[in-house]
Amino acid sequence: MEISITINGKEVKANIKANTLLSTFIRENLNLTGTHVGCDTSQCGACAIHLNGDAVKSCAILAAQADGAEITTIEGIANGDELHPMQQAFHENHGLQCGYCTPGMVMSSIKLVENNPNISEEEIRKGLEGNICRCTGYHNIVKSIKQAATEMGG
Amino acid sequence: MPDGGSTGIGASVKRKEDYRFLVGEGNYTDDINRPNQTHTYMLRSSSAHAKFSLDTSNASKAKGVVKIFVGTDMEVGSIPCGWQVDSKDGTPMREPAHPPIAKDKVRYVGEIIAVIIAETLEDAKNAAELIDVNYDDIPVIIDMQKALDNSKGLVHDEIESNVCYDWEIGDSEAVDKAISEAAHITSLDIRNNRLIPNAIETRSAIGDYEHATGQYTLYTTSQNPHVIRLLMGAFVLGLPEHKLRVIAPDVGGGFGSKIFHYAEEAIVTWASNKIRRPVKWTADRSEAFISDAHGRDHVTSVKLALDKDGKFLALKVDTLANMGAYLSTFASSVPTYLYATLLAGTYTTPAIHCNVKSIFTNTVPVDAYRGAGRPEATYLIERIVDKAAREMGISQVEIRRKNFIPVDAFPYQTPVALQYDSGNYNATLDAALKKADYDGFASRKAESAKRGMLRGIGFSTYLEACGIAPSAVVGSLGARAGLFECAEVRVHPTGSVTVFTGSHSHGQGHETTFAQLVSEKLGISTDLVEISHGDTNNIPFGMGTYGSRSLAVGGEAIVKAMDKVIAKAKKIAAHIMEASADDIELNNGNFEIAGTDKSMSLADISLAAYVPHNYPHEELEPGLDEKAFYDPLNFTYPGGCHICEVEINPNTGEVKVEGMTAVDDVGMVINPMIVEGQIHGGLAQGIGQALLENAAYDNNGQLLSGSYMDYTMPRADNFVDFKVGNEVTLCTHNSLGVKGCGEVGAIGSPPAVINAVVDALSELGVNDISMPATSEKVWNAINNAKDKS
Ligand code: FES
Ligand code: FES
Repeated sequence: MEISITINGKEVKANIKANTLLSTFIRENLNLTGTHVGCDTSQCGACAIHLNGDAVKSCAILAAQADGAEITTIEGIANGDELHPMQQAFHENHGLQCGYCTPGMVMSSIKLVENNPNISEEEIRKGLEGNICRCTGYHNIVKSIKQAATEMGG
Repeated sequence: MPDGGSTGIGASVKRKEDYRFLVGEGNYTDDINRPNQTHTYMLRSSSAHAKFSLDTSNASKAKGVVKIFVGTDMEVGSIPCGWQVDSKDGTPMREPAHPPIAKDKVRYVGEIIAVIIAETLEDAKNAAELIDVNYDDIPVIIDMQKALDNSKGLVHDEIESNVCYDWEIGDSEAVDKAISEAAHITSLDIRNNRLIPNAIETRSAIGDYEHATGQYTLYTTSQNPHVIRLLMGAFVLGLPEHKLRVIAPDVGGGFGSKIFHYAEEAIVTWASNKIRRPVKWTADRSEAFISDAHGRDHVTSVKLALDKDGKFLALKVDTLANMGAYLSTFASSVPTYLYATLLAGTYTTPAIHCNVKSIFTNTVPVDAYRGAGRPEATYLIERIVDKAAREMGISQVEIRRKNFIPVDAFPYQTPVALQYDSGNYNATLDAALKKADYDGFASRKAESAKRGMLRGIGFSTYLEACGIAPSAVVGSLGARAGLFECAEVRVHPTGSVTVFTGSHSHGQGHETTFAQLVSEKLGISTDLVEISHGDTNNIPFGMGTYGSRSLAVGGEAIVKAMDKVIAKAKKIAAHIMEASADDIELNNGNFEIAGTDKSMSLADISLAAYVPHNYPHEELEPGLDEKAFYDPLNFTYPGGCHICEVEINPNTGEVKVEGMTAVDDVGMVINPMIVEGQIHGGLAQGIGQALLENAAYDNNGQLLSGSYMDYTMPRADNFVDFKVGNEVTLCTHNSLGVKGCGEVGAIGSPPAVINAVVDALSELGVNDISMPATSEKVWNAINNAKDKS
C-alpha cells in the first residue's frame, strides 16, 4: 500500500506491506537507524519517536497507521549542528553510556518536559516508566532531564 | 591525585563518544546492511530435552527461501570453553560437545535446530512455520540437587554424569577443626538467583564471505572481537586469522553476555560462504531471553565459625553451580577461580574451604554476568557476617571492623590463593557511614514506625578481584589463553594521535578515558586523540573488555606503548637539538633540554620522524608508532562499603529503597564522572538482582520469565538518587595505580539490600529472605512470622 509521511520535515511516499511496523519502516525503508528496537513487547522505549507532537513507541504501531502524519526521529531534533537542549543535557550530565536506549530516552524526555515544564524528580522517574536503560541506573538520566527542563523554559 | 589540567588524569572530561549516539548516528551491528544480504531466522527448540527429527521439504520451497541448514549440514568443530577446571581427584572437567546447530538431540529450550536463510526476515519466519519438528521427549533435568542423582537422567549421555567438575579450594581439615572448637557457628542456605543480562541492544551478527579473495568478515555484537576470531576461527570453523576479520562496531551494552562465542556467529560466517551472500541475523528480545548466556544461579550452604568475641575463625562453603546445558566460554571459571578465591572478602578469616560442584541442566548456558563469581562470593560472605552479628548481639558495623584486614597487613595473603596488594576498609566504611548519615538512622526508623512502616539498614563491606588477569597465574588455574592486553600508539606526522586498543568499549567511555591518558602523558588535548577499537584488521591484538580490565590492563598497555613513543621521541629531539637523549625532559608536551630554553613539541618531533631529512638513521627507523603488550602481575582489588536503607510496607510487603550509598576504592580515578556512572549502573543491576530480577524455569524446562512482562527490569522509579563517593588506595603493581570500577556496583550492593530488608524485618523474627525480595515474598515472610508469634 501507498503511504505518505512527513519525516524530520521531509515528505516521503512509499509503497509498503500493510503489516510493516513503523519502527521497521523508519529503520529499514528510510535508513534512519537512530530509532532503535530493544524489545518485542512494547516495553523498552528504545523506539520512541514523535508522531504529530506526541511521544509514541514506533514498534507499537503500523506504518500504515502513520499515513499522513508528521514524524520526528532522533535525527531530526537538533537544530543543524546545535543540539537540542535535551541532547545537550544528556551529554553534560553523562546521561548515556552505551547509547542504545538514548534516542528513545531523549525523545520521550522531550515530551515529558514539554507537557510538564516544572516537572519534579519524582514525576521524571514515573514518566520514564516506558523507557528501560540497563547501563546508567537512571541517576544521570534523571539529572539530565532536570537540567533540560530548566533550559527548555520550565 | 593529579588534577591533570583540563583533559588529563582526574578531569571529568565530557565524553567524546556521546555526539554520535545523541544524534542517532551510532553504528550498531543491526544498523549495518551489506549489499545483496540475506536474512536469517533461527528455529529454536521448544522442548528442553528431546530426541528430534525435522522435515524441511515444504519450508525449502517457500517464498523467498534461499537455503535451510540443519545440524548435519554443518560439520564443524565444537563451540569451545576457554577454561579447564580439574576436579579434586585430578580428572579434567567433563566437556560435552557443543555443535552450533543441534543434530539429533536438544538440551534446552532455545537451542538452534534449523537455520532458515531467506530474502527477507519475514520470508524466513514464514518458512520456519512450515518446518515439521518431531520431538521425542526425554525427562528434563532442572533442579541441581536432583541432577546429582544420575539415575534420574543425564543431560549428556556420553559424559555419564551431570557433574561437570567437583572442585575444591582451601584447607578442609583446618576448617573442620575450627568449626568443631568454635564458640559460635552461624549457618545459612543461599540461592543466588539466576539473572538474564538484558543489554538493551540484542545480539546481532552478519557473516560476509568474499569469494574473490577468500576473505571472511563477521560483524558482531561482541565485547572482544579478537577472542571471537580466535575461538571461532581456530576451533569451530578452521579459518586462519589472516582470512577472518571480526568487527564489533558500536555495541549497546554487554555486562558479560557479549563476551562469549555464540553459535550464531559461527553459523552466519560459515553460511555466507555456503550461499556466497552475506547472511544477517538479529535476535528479537524473546529470542535473547532463551539464547543469551544467563548469569549467577548458585545454591550454597555456608557456615561461619567465630570465637566468643566475634572474630572469624573459619568459613566453610558448599556450592552447586548451574552450567546450563553446555559449557559457555568462561562458564567453568566463574564458580571456581572468580568465586571461591574471593571468600576471604575483606576479613582475616584464617581458614577457608570451599567445594563447588558444577552441574549440567536442561537450561540456557550460564556464564559471566557483571561481576561473575564475585557477586556470588560477596553475597554469601556479607550475608553470613550480618547474620552472625545479629546472633551474637554485635553491631553490624562492629563485627566488620573487628575482622577487617588491617591497613598495615598489605600485601595480604589470603588462605584462598589471592594476594591483595592494597586497601583500607575502615576508610571506605567510615566515609560511607557519614555519607549515608548512619547517625540519623534511628530517628528515621522511628519516623517510619510512626507511619506504620518498617525501616532497615544493611551493609556490605566487600572486596573483589579484577583487572583480569595475570596470564601466568590464570594459566596455572586452567585458563587456556593469556589475559594480557595490547595497544598501539600512533603519533601522526602533524602530532595528533590514534590509539589502537584491544579493549572494547560498549558504554564504558574508553574513547574519553583512554584519550585522557594520552593527554596526561603526551601533553596534548583529548581533541587531538582518537581511540580505535573493535576491528581485528586495525588492532594488532586484543583480549577485550570484561572483568573490569580495560583500564588496569588495556590502559596500562597504552601507557607502555606511550613510554616507547616518548623514549623514541627523546632520541629524535636529542639528535635535532644536538643534545644527549638523557638530557631531554618531557614537560607539558614539550621535549626540553634540561636547564636550557631549547625545546621541541611533539608535533615538531613527529614531523621530523615522518619527514626524516635531518634524522638519526643509524640509530632509529623513521616514524613514531609503537606497540606494547601488557600482562599484569596480579589481579587488582577494588573494595568498599555499600549501605542500603529500605522502608517496607508491612501491609503490602513492598520494599522501597530509600537510600543507596556506595563508597568505593577503585584506585586512581582517571575520569570521576565516568567512574560514578559505572558505579550507578552496577548498583542498579545489584538492586535489580536483590529486589526484582529472577529467571525462573518450570519443571518442563520452559523459561517462565521470558519477556519484559515476566522478567522485572529495573525502571527509573525503582531507585532514588545514589550517593556515591570514593576513597583511594593505589594499586601497587601497575603504573597508573588503577583498580577497575565496572563491576563493583553489582558486586557490593545485593547483600547490602538484602541485609537492609532483613534488618527491617528482624523485629518480627525474620532472619533471612531470598533474592529477589519481591513484595509477595516479603509479605509472606511477614505473615509467616506473625503466625509463629
Ligand atoms: S522496541 Fe519499542 S518499546 Fe521496545
Ligand atoms: S545507555 Fe545503555 S541502555 Fe541506556
